[in-house]
Amino acid sequence: MLAIVKYNAGNIFSVQCALKRIGVEGVLTDDVEILSRADKVIFPGVGEASSAMNYLRNKGLDKVICNLTQPVLGICVGLQLMCKHSEEGNVDCLGIFDTDVSRFESINKDMKIPHMGWNTIHTEDTRIFTPQLNEAFVYYVHSYYAGICKDTIATTDYINPFSAALKKDNFYATQFHPEKSGEVGEIILKRFIEL
Amino acid sequence: MLAKRIIPCLDVKDGKTVKGVNFVNFKDAGDPVELGYRYSLEGADELVFLDITASYEGRKTFLDTVRRVAENISIPFTVGGGIGSVADVAKLLNAGADKVSINSSAIRNPQLIDQIASHFGNQVCIVAIDAKMLQNEWVCYLNGGRIATEKKLYQWAYEAQERGAGEILFTSMDHDGVKTGFACDALNYLHETLSIPIIASGGAGKKEHFVEVFEKGHADAALAASIFHFNEISIPELKDYLYSNNITTRKIYSKNI
Repeated sequence: MLAIVKYNAGNIFSVQCALKRIGVEGVLTDDVEILSRADKVIFPGVGEASSAMNYLRNKGLDKVICNLTQPVLGICVGLQLMCKHSEEGNVDCLGIFDTDVSRFESINKDMKIPHMGWNTIHTEDTRIFTPQLNEAFVYYVHSYYAGICKDTIATTDYINPFSAALKKDNFYATQFHPEKSGEVGEIILKRFIEL
Repeated sequence: MLAKRIIPCLDVKDGKTVKGVNFVNFKDAGDPVELGYRYSLEGADELVFLDITASYEGRKTFLDTVRRVAENISIPFTVGGGIGSVADVAKLLNAGADKVSINSSAIRNPQLIDQIASHFGNQVCIVAIDAKMLQNEWVCYLNGGRIATEKKLYQWAYEAQERGAGEILFTSMDHDGVKTGFACDALNYLHETLSIPIIASGGAGKKEHFVEVFEKGHADAALAASIFHFNEISIPELKDYLYSNNITTRKIYSKNI
């Protein structure tokens, strides 16, 4: 059973639809029991980091997520919340990945913020990526990014290189939206499901 | 490198696409979901669905269309038309839309931009502007270009950005339908003065116009309707052409392997 963490963040319907397209039914829940028992957990996210983090703390979901032992996939703000600290609302996050989240600082007129649209990933990872996905285009919408650290398994360069994907133990996360990244995103979701 | 985006736009009325669509061997040219899917397979980077229905019943049908699009298409899509409140936006996002586009309602009630941005984030809110050059000034229009307003393009676009718009979709009414190219000067001025992405609309007639709109107009994305619907330019052919002109566009994955 695949569980999707239910909290005050958007894009959950898109994630469910993407899973359905690859033949997986995702259960949306904030129930500790169900989350702990699930084979896989997806931690989605669209929204503001500090309000999302406060919501997780009030519900006790912060500890639940950190204690999960099955494969977990954070998406977008989900990835950011799994880092140590976010500049968005100046908030301490879950601290799973050894990096902080900062706001993009534009250096010229061609570098618009938010970073919106299709950009390429550079990766040698073969757990949720494949060799063919190196240099593939994925869909991004974000104004904050996680810096590169030892947990980084894919990078994208926009204004500066940042973590396109992170992995530590059973925790995986992508800054881009696999659920909106066409065929490439479907491959990544399938690889995660098959972990 | 961040790719320039190609965005087909579909007008939807009572759950069907209008403006005629001229695909060969196409089962149901009227079905926006099937058409959107077809474009996504061809390499469209995003889709825009505009609801041009006026009736209440028609609006409910549109919500159903949005849901079906979300279920079937794995690229981002924007919906617009008839959005007047945060509650309208919530309904569309819950049905699976990624972004909404507001036009007349933003001119009538600019605070709607602030409200959408604070509820759902800037990235959700596209402010669409229809403008026409009158006595050396770009004047913004309401109601699909029927009513002129006091607002001027550059000032209004800047205000929309400051209020929290995530993107500006600028349609030049002078260029729309004429097929002689986009309004590159105005687009470039918007690029110089704004810090958010700009989607160019109105004027696409041939592949060269897309090179111009990205090189001279510095647009982040280009939107077109009839040239795609009537198969005058196919998306793969357009992307190949842009690639040969050193403009980065997203390659379709299955073509690479």
